[in-house]
Amino acid sequence: MSTTTTEKNNHIQDYLMEHHHEENFFTKYIFTTDHKMIGKQFLITGMFMGIIGVMMSMLFRLEIAYPEQSFPILEFFLGKWAPDGVMDPNMYLALVTIHGTIMVFFVLTAGLSGTFSNLLIPLQIGARDMASGFMNALSYWFFFLSSVIMVVSLFVESGPASAGWTVYPPLSALPQAMPGSGAGMTLWLISMTLFIVGSLLGSLNYIVTVLNMRTKGMSMTRLPLTIWAFFVTAVLGVLSFPVLLSAALLLMFDRMLGTSFYLSDIFMGGEVLSYSGGSPVLYQHLFWFLGHPEVYIILLPALGISSEVIATNSRKPIFGYRAMVGSILAIAFLSFIVWGHHMFVTGMNPFLGSVFTFTTLLIAIPSAVKAFNYITTLWKGNIQFTPAMLFSIALVSTFVTGGLTGVILGDSALDINVHDTYFVVAHFHIVMGLSAIYGMFAGVYHWFPKMYGRMMNKSMGYAHFWLTFITAYGVFFPMHFLGMAGLPRRYYSNTAFPMFDNLADINVLITYFAIIGGAAQLIFIFNFFYSIWRGPKAKQNPWRGNSLEWTTPVEHIHGNWPGDVPVVYRWAYDYSKPGAEEDFVPQNVPLAEGEESGH
Amino acid sequence: MSAALIIVLVVLVILTLVQVMRISEISSEIQKGKDNEVSSKDNDTQGRLMLLVGFGFIISVVVMYIAWGRHSLPEPSSAHGAEIDNLWNLSMLIINIVFFIVQPILFYFAYKYRGKKGTTATYYEHNNRLELFWTMVPALALAVLIIWGLNVWSTLMMPENEEEPILVELYAQQFNWTVRYSGGDNILGYATVHEIAGANIVGVDTQDPASADDIITKELHLPTGKPIQFAFRSQDVIHSAYFPHFRAQMNCVPGSITNFQFTPTITTAEIRQNKDVKAHVEEVNEIRKAKGEDVWDFNYVLLCNKICGSAHYNMQMDIVVETQDEFNAWLKEQKTVAETL
Repeated sequence: MSTTTTEKNNHIQDYLMEHHHEENFFTKYIFTTDHKMIGKQFLITGMFMGIIGVMMSMLFRLEIAYPEQSFPILEFFLGKWAPDGVMDPNMYLALVTIHGTIMVFFVLTAGLSGTFSNLLIPLQIGARDMASGFMNALSYWFFFLSSVIMVVSLFVESGPASAGWTVYPPLSALPQAMPGSGAGMTLWLISMTLFIVGSLLGSLNYIVTVLNMRTKGMSMTRLPLTIWAFFVTAVLGVLSFPVLLSAALLLMFDRMLGTSFYLSDIFMGGEVLSYSGGSPVLYQHLFWFLGHPEVYIILLPALGISSEVIATNSRKPIFGYRAMVGSILAIAFLSFIVWGHHMFVTGMNPFLGSVFTFTTLLIAIPSAVKAFNYITTLWKGNIQFTPAMLFSIALVSTFVTGGLTGVILGDSALDINVHDTYFVVAHFHIVMGLSAIYGMFAGVYHWFPKMYGRMMNKSMGYAHFWLTFITAYGVFFPMHFLGMAGLPRRYYSNTAFPMFDNLADINVLITYFAIIGGAAQLIFIFNFFYSIWRGPKAKQNPWRGNSLEWTTPVEHIHGNWPGDVPVVYRWAYDYSKPGAEEDFVPQNVPLAEGEESGH
Repeated sequence: MSAALIIVLVVLVILTLVQVMRISEISSEIQKGKDNEVSSKDNDTQGRLMLLVGFGFIISVVVMYIAWGRHSLPEPSSAHGAEIDNLWNLSMLIINIVFFIVQPILFYFAYKYRGKKGTTATYYEHNNRLELFWTMVPALALAVLIIWGLNVWSTLMMPENEEEPILVELYAQQFNWTVRYSGGDNILGYATVHEIAGANIVGVDTQDPASADDIITKELHLPTGKPIQFAFRSQDVIHSAYFPHFRAQMNCVPGSITNFQFTPTITTAEIRQNKDVKAHVEEVNEIRKAKGEDVWDFNYVLLCNKICGSAHYNMQMDIVVETQDEFNAWLKEQKTVAETL
């Protein structure tokens, strides 16, 4: 950016160097304000939550495949919620709820965006650290606290929150409606409130850092697409999370103070409750006003990461950089005016439904542009199949597969008959769950050398990838057919409806895939922790990348660069540029004589 | 016991992995290879795997369509259902065309352009005409889907009736459904949760003259050929009335009344003769016989499709669709509110 910023940056470094003092364990690993360490804190916490979330899905998949049957393992994990090894229906709903909450918020929001925004924003824009290291640390600690509370909520007497991850009132508002709406729900709301605070602190920091702390020469149009994605994600978060916060606060008021924001005319437990005048649909509007942008808060960082990984490993510039940025912006804008497509069958005004159908289907256009641009980036490339690259290509595949069914669900007339069926479960797990988790894996494999100074084992990465890729499609693709047969989601057992008896085999197959896929993640976890301590030492630029993070030393230092921050002369995608000696030209290499810079 | 077994299993798995890592490290040392750098051989293997697994996936999708496509719901039993199904079929056609073009290209490119020593990638950063092309094509396809979709949506949600629809209330509570017919006057008497007491399970205001001829039942009977205007209520949490065979669904929201209208076209007796339904029933009964369960005969069914509590999975009601005469005869047997409350 401006010279003054760069100079200021360098002054900060002088200051840091002069005032550097020995760090103890706590200041280095726990109460750190260094963005690289905070990124790793987000990653480890997110992974821990991810293990819980995935294990929960194994348990309820077992129940769906073999409904009401006894498994000792269920009693082992669930105790009184699985008497004699048979899962209680309330616990089934609790597992589904917490699985969704954990995967959406704790893994794919904080774990993905929190990790890589923190790690990469300063490194890729050429900044010493985040604009506010303290706020950054605070953001992590709010997230940590909210994770602790969410985990604690699993152990309360009446069980964790069970009203689905969207926690629609009145089900979530009234403790007498289901056991999970007791103390478990209160803790869920407290946890989410803290989560939102943490997320907002982080997002504000990312926005400020990207706007103000870019190094000299790093114009917005030279930013790597990762940064564009993180930046737009942060803007989405700042604009939409406060609305969820208000939704959660109003729900707390209804639960604790007897207000009636969401409640009216309720007869429960043999008496009419005193609530009057509220509307449960109001909650849904508030929730989905965050809920839909949230999908892109999850997805955009994954798309940003895959853009970077695909370009680097195809040894080609990302195709259509400006179109990629434009489509990120278009998707972000549209994501604010489509939330009603989650509510087509709530009885909303049909005209409103038409508007939401229109805006929703428009999102397919920028999404299609992104997909085609990824594929064209591969065309005539010199593809290096690192595990990160494999996951990025898989992301393009799931993004296309899952995105296409969105064309059906976004159409209000078609949504009527598949709303809340397994068709929806298939759709969002593929387009959002798998794509985002693939993006996250790609990010971990790609930037592991930057995070830990060591390499992850390649062969294990390959094994992890292929098992994950095959089993994940094996789990989610067949669900389309369940949905087309009319099977509703969140059913503890399908045996109450003989019409679904012929689907039981498919559910068993899905569960097999789920268990193998879940077990395959052990390879990743093992590889991750093994490589932190035992992996081979990384070179400074192991993937021969262009962006600035590969110009920093392998050993982490405060302030990132030992000398001055690098100055940027070109965009991040000069791969295989004709006339260059190597097939990559880092951003801090000045233009050669007569060389033209398109950016 | 099981706990101990699990712990032993986990320890064994970790030990195995450690050994595998050791072996791979030692073998890479022997080969003097840099184990973690992607070699030409890796690119070749992984590129081929991309092609193999990618096309395996695409073929398995075809297999799934063949094997499980028949599980889809039978022909719609409502007048508007055909419109939804036609739009569904067109949308499925379009997305399948895109799927079966884009996925093979993706996996083929991954294979074809796998890294080889000595080759360089082509520096190709953008092509505005190409990008305009693949912006316009989806835009055009979507324009068709949007226009058609909105057309269907508005005929469904704002139907123009030639005859007055029969007004029926569907009342939801944890975890069952109740039906209230509007009777001879075709007006539902006023109802509120404050009136719920004893046998008055839906809270009908018996002072309202319109309620006298209302009929409360636990079975949903519908005549064919007449539009049915449903009014949905819930007394506790949100439920969703899902009629998959009629391509209809609407949430039941406490504190307000929601509506949906459809015209049943096929009676229960007729749909049981449908060959898809017959095949489905046969298949299900074979499974049930093997498990020693009762024989099942096809019935239209109303499901709850919004998470509503522990017995959400079993909140159902049979729907009987019959001819107008049969319906009239059945309705006549039912007692009115004036008689019961």
